[in-house]
Amino acid sequence: MYHAIVFLPLVGFLVAGIFGRVIGPRPSEIVTTALLAVSAFLSWIAFVSVGFGSGATRVQVATWMVSGDLVVDWAFRIDTLTAVMLVVVTTVSALVHLYSIGYMHEDPHRPRFFAYLSLFTFAMLMLVTADNLVQMFFGWEGVGLASYLLIGFWYEKPSANAAAMKAFIVNRVGDFGFALGIFLVFVLFNSVSFDQILPRAGELKEATFRFLGHDWNAITLACLLLFMGAMGKSAQFLLHTWLPDAMEGPTPVSALIHAATMVTAGVFMVARLSPLFELSPDAMTVVTVIGAITAFFAATVGLVQNDIKRVIAYSTCSQLGYMFVALGVGAFGAGIFHLFTHAFFKALLFLGAGSVIHAMHHEQDMRNMGALRRYIPFTAAMMAIGTLALTGFPFTAGYYSKDAIIEAAYTSHGGGAALAFMATVIAAFMTSFYSWRLFFMTFEQAPRWGGSHDAHAHASGHAGSHHADGAPGHHEGVAHDNKGHDVEPASHSDLEPGHHADHAHHHRPHESPLVMLIPLGVLAFGAIFAGMIFSRFFIGHDAEHFWRGSLGASQYKVLEEMHHAPLWVVLSPAVMMIGGFLLAFLMYIRRPDLPARAAAQNPILYRFLLNKWYFDEIYDFVFVRGAKALGRFLWKQGDGAVIDRLGPDGISARVVDVTRGVVRLQTGYVYHYAFVMLIGVAALITWYLLTGAGAH
Amino acid sequence: MFGLGILAGLLIVPLVGAAIILSLRGDDADVRSNARWIALFATVATFLLSLVAWGRFDPSTSAFQLTETHAWLAETIRFKLTVDGFAMPFILLTTFLMPFCILASWEAIEHRVKAYYVCFLVLETTMIGVFAAGDLVLFYLMFEAGLMPMFLIIGIWGGKRRIYASFKFFLYTLLGSVLMLLAIIAMYWHAGTTDIQALLQHRFPASMQTWLWLAFFASFAVKMPMWPVHTWLPDAHVEAPTAGSVILAGILLKMGGYGFIRFSLPMFPDASLYFQPLVYALSIVAIIYASLVALMQEDMKKLVAYSSVAHMGFVTMGLFSLNPQGVQGAMFQMISHGLVSGALFLCVGVVYDRIHTREIAAYGGLVNRMPLYAVVFLIFTMANVGLPGTSGFVGEFLTMMGAFRSNPWVGFFSAFGVILSAGYALWLYARVVYGPLEKPALRGILDLNRREMITFAPLVLLTIYYGVQPGPILDTFAPPTEALIRGVETAMSAVKTAALSGN
Repeated sequence: MYHAIVFLPLVGFLVAGIFGRVIGPRPSEIVTTALLAVSAFLSWIAFVSVGFGSGATRVQVATWMVSGDLVVDWAFRIDTLTAVMLVVVTTVSALVHLYSIGYMHEDPHRPRFFAYLSLFTFAMLMLVTADNLVQMFFGWEGVGLASYLLIGFWYEKPSANAAAMKAFIVNRVGDFGFALGIFLVFVLFNSVSFDQILPRAGELKEATFRFLGHDWNAITLACLLLFMGAMGKSAQFLLHTWLPDAMEGPTPVSALIHAATMVTAGVFMVARLSPLFELSPDAMTVVTVIGAITAFFAATVGLVQNDIKRVIAYSTCSQLGYMFVALGVGAFGAGIFHLFTHAFFKALLFLGAGSVIHAMHHEQDMRNMGALRRYIPFTAAMMAIGTLALTGFPFTAGYYSKDAIIEAAYTSHGGGAALAFMATVIAAFMTSFYSWRLFFMTFEQAPRWGGSHDAHAHASGHAGSHHADGAPGHHEGVAHDNKGHDVEPASHSDLEPGHHADHAHHHRPHESPLVMLIPLGVLAFGAIFAGMIFSRFFIGHDAEHFWRGSLGASQYKVLEEMHHAPLWVVLSPAVMMIGGFLLAFLMYIRRPDLPARAAAQNPILYRFLLNKWYFDEIYDFVFVRGAKALGRFLWKQGDGAVIDRLGPDGISARVVDVTRGVVRLQTGYVYHYAFVMLIGVAALITWYLLTGAGAH
Repeated sequence: MFGLGILAGLLIVPLVGAAIILSLRGDDADVRSNARWIALFATVATFLLSLVAWGRFDPSTSAFQLTETHAWLAETIRFKLTVDGFAMPFILLTTFLMPFCILASWEAIEHRVKAYYVCFLVLETTMIGVFAAGDLVLFYLMFEAGLMPMFLIIGIWGGKRRIYASFKFFLYTLLGSVLMLLAIIAMYWHAGTTDIQALLQHRFPASMQTWLWLAFFASFAVKMPMWPVHTWLPDAHVEAPTAGSVILAGILLKMGGYGFIRFSLPMFPDASLYFQPLVYALSIVAIIYASLVALMQEDMKKLVAYSSVAHMGFVTMGLFSLNPQGVQGAMFQMISHGLVSGALFLCVGVVYDRIHTREIAAYGGLVNRMPLYAVVFLIFTMANVGLPGTSGFVGEFLTMMGAFRSNPWVGFFSAFGVILSAGYALWLYARVVYGPLEKPALRGILDLNRREMITFAPLVLLTIYYGVQPGPILDTFAPPTEALIRGVETAMSAVKTAALSGN
C-alpha cells in the first residue's frame, strides 16, 4: 500500500511528462488527478491504521548507496507523524489537481503543469516517508526542483524565472546547513538512519565536536545545522525572501507548495528529529526565537501588501513561525497540529484567491477589486471561512491549533518562550487585521474595477501603482513586476491572438466552474472541523496514544502544562482576533480614508513595511552583486592578470623568442612535443641499458 | 587469439579502424561517409568488447585481473596490461563515450574528415592504454601520447584561437610530464622495476616519497586540472570541437585523478599525508574560486569548463580525505562527471551547430522552439548542480562527507560549492532556455533531431540510473578502496612506531 501511495504520483508524472504531448491535455489531467485521488484515499486508510491502530512499520524498497560504513536505503518509515503528513500532502495535492483542471483550462501547457504537480507530490512523499536523512534530502531537493519548475512555469516572464532561481538558490543556502548537519550526524552516530540515530541520541548528550575553531556541544551543533535547512525550506526569517516572490507561479501551485505542503517540510524535519532537538536546550531556544521573529516580522509586512497572493504568502510565512515556536517550546504535537489545520485553511485561502483572480480575469491587485461578494458569493463564503479559521474564530481549526501554541509558549520554561509568547500574541492581532483587510478590500467596499478600468487594470495600472509604491523592484539584476500577473505573458498572447480575446468583452466577474468550487468546499469543511475532530488526538488527552514514539517524548509534559495556562492567556488570542477585526472594519469599511492617511503620516514606517524591511535590496547588494563582482575579479585579475601572465603567457612569450631563433619546424608544436617525449623515452632506455642491465 | 588478451584487443580494435580509414583513397562524400561509419563501427565494437571484459572482471576483489604481458623494451620493462576495480570503470567510460563523440561530429566536421576520425581512434587507444597499463613506462607513454591527437584535434578542427589554446596546453603539460619522467627514472633506480604491481609493494623512503610525490603531482595537477594550473582548460575547451570537449572533460581530466589513486596515494602514502593540507587547500580554492568565475562567464563552454574545475576540486578533496566515503565518492564523481560534463558539452554543441556562437547573450527562450532540448539540458544542469536522484549528487555528497570526516573545515568550505553551483548553472539555464524568444537568429531554430536524441537518450538514462542505483560503480570501487586505505594506514602506523621507537 505504501508503495502505491508514494509511487502512483510518480507514475502520473511519467505518463503526463513523457506522453503528455501524445495523449493530449485532458487525458493527462485525468490520469494524474485520478492517481492522486487513489493515493489520497490510501493515505487516509494508512492514517487510521497507524494513528488509531498499530500500523507503524518500516518498508524497505531498495538500497541506495553503500560506502564503507555508510549505508543509505530507499525505505519508508511509517509512523503517526508520517501518516499525518501523508494525509495532508495527498489530500491537498489531489484537491489542487482537481482545481487546476478548471483554473488552468486555457493554458496550452497543461500536461507539463500536471506532470510537475505530480512530480512535486512524489518528491514530497519521499520526503515525509524518509527512513534516513539522505532520503529526506532527496525529497527535500526534489520538492525544490518541482518548486523551481512550477514557479517558473510561465517561463516567458522574466520575473517568474528570477523568482524560480531565487527560490532554488535561497533554498540551497539552507541545504548547505542541512548537508553539513547530515555529515555531522554521520560522524557522531556512524549512521544516517533514523532508527539508529533517534534512540541513541541520549548517549551523546554531553559529546563535543570541534567545528570552525570552536568546541560545540555535538547535538546542539547538529541540530543548528539541520535547522538551517529547515529555515530555508520553511522560509524563516533571514531565508524567507524567496517565498513572496514564489507567488509568480500559478495560484494552485501557491496553494499546494507554498502554503500547505513544501514550506512545512522544515517543520516536519524538526518534528521528525525532535528526539534529537529536545536534548539541546540551546537549539530549542534558537528554533523558538527564529519562529517568533518570523511570526512577527512576516505579519508586519503582510499588513500593507496590495497583491492578494502576497498577503497570503506573508501570512503563510508568519504561521510557519508559529509552528516553529510550538516546536521550540517543546510542544511538538501542537506544531504538527497547526501544520495540519493550516494546510486546510491556507490552501482554502489560496484557492479562494485563485478563484477571485480567475473571476477578475487575472487581476491580483486588491486595489482593483472590491464588492465582489455579490458576484462570486460562493467564493466569498469560502474565503470567509478560511479567514475565520486563520484568525482563530472559536471552534474553527485555527482556534484549536493556534491558541494551543500561544498557551504553550506562555507556560513553557524554555529560552525565548516569553519573547515568543509576546510575538505570537501581537502577530495574532496583525493576522486578524490583514486577513480582514484582504476580505474587505476584495469582497466589500465599492467596486474599483469595471469596463473603463480594464485597460488600466491590466497594463498601466500596474506600472503606475508600482512606482507609487516606491519599490525598487529589481532582484538579481532582473526587473520585477511587483504585482506579477498571474497570466500568460503578453508575448504569448501575440502568438495566440484568440487566447485572451474571449475575455476582452465581458468584464463582469463570474463564479468559477464547479471543478474549482468542489475543492474549496472540501477544504472549507476541513478548515471548520479539522480542529474540533482531531485536537483530542494531536494535543489533547489521547496525544500519547496517538503519537506514540514518533515525536520527542518530552512533549507530553509540555502539552499537559499547556492546559493549565491562566484564563487571560487563554482569552488573549480571541481578544486579539476581535481587535484586529474591529480595526480592519473601521479602516476599510467605516472610514476608508484612514489607511491612506495613516500611510501618509508614517511614510518611513509604511515604506519600510511595504519594501519588506528592505531584505531583498540588502541581499541583492551584498550577496548577488558581491558574488558577481568577486567572480569577475577572480576571472579577470586572478586567472587573467596573475596566473596566465606569470605562467603560460609569460613563459610562452619567452619560448616563442627562443624557438623562433633555434628551431624552425614548420609543422607546429605537436611535433615539438612528440620530439621532447621521444627524447625522454630514449633517455630512459639509454639510462636503463647503461645502469639497469648491469644490476642483473 | 594471436596470444593477445582482451585488453590488447581493446587497444587494437580502434587502431584497426584507424588503419582502414587511412587506407581509404580520395575525399569525396562517399569516402567521408565511409570514414564516419567505420569510426562508429570501430568505437561501438570496442565498447562491446569492453563489456565482454567487464563480464569477465570480478569486481568483488581488489586484485589485478585480465593480466597479459608481452615482451617489450627489456626484461624489466614489459608490455603489461592489467586492470583492477579502479581502472575497469574508466575503461568502460572511455569506450562508452567514444561512439557519442563520433555521432556528435557527424555533421559538425566537414574538412579533413578522415584525419579527424583517425585522430579520435588513436586517442581512444591511448586512453584505454593509460587505464590498462600495468607498467609505469607504458603508462607514461600512453599518458603522453594521448596528448598528440588531442593537440591535432584542437589545432586543426578548433576555433579561432586554437593556436593559443594548444600552446597553453603544451606548456602546462610539458612541465608536468618532464618532472614525471624524472620521477619514473628515480623510481626505477630505487625499485629496480617499472611493474606497477611490484611498485605497489615497494616502500620508498619517506624523504624520497616527498620528491616523487611532487613530481607526479606536477603532472596530475595539471591534468585534473587543479587550481592554479587550470587556466589551460577553459581555453582548450572553448577552442576544441564539441567531441574534443567531451573527451577532454570526460576522460582526459580523469587521468589526473586516476594517476593520484594509482600512484601518488598507494606508492607515496607518507608524502600523501604530508601534503594532504596542500591538496585540501587547493581543492577548496578550486571549488569556490572556479564556481565564482563560472558565474560570470559569457561563453557557454567556458562556463561548463570552469564548473569542471570546481567539480574536479571535489575529486581531489575526496581522494585525499583517505576514508571510504571520500575515495569512493571521488572515483564516482569522476565517472559521473564524465557522463554529465560530456553531455553538457554535447548540449552546447547542439545549439552551436545551429547558430554558430557560444555567446550566452546570443540565446534566450529556446524552450519555445526546442522543448525536448530544454528537458535534456535541464536534466544535465540539475545533475551538474548535484541534485539528489542524479549521478552528480552521489559523488559530491560522498566526497563532502569524506572531507568533513577528515577535516570539518574542509567539509564546511566545500559545501559553498553547493550554493554556488546552483547559482551559475541555473543562471545559465535561465538565460539560454527560458524567457521570450526574441532574437531573430533563433526564430527558425529546430529541436533535437533523431541522431541527437539517440545520442542523449543513453546519457540521460545512465545519469538518472546511477543517481538512484550507484551500486554497480560504487561497489566496484569498494575493494580497491579498502585495500588502498589499509595500505595507507599501515604506512601511517609504521611511521608512528618508528617515531615511538626513536624516542
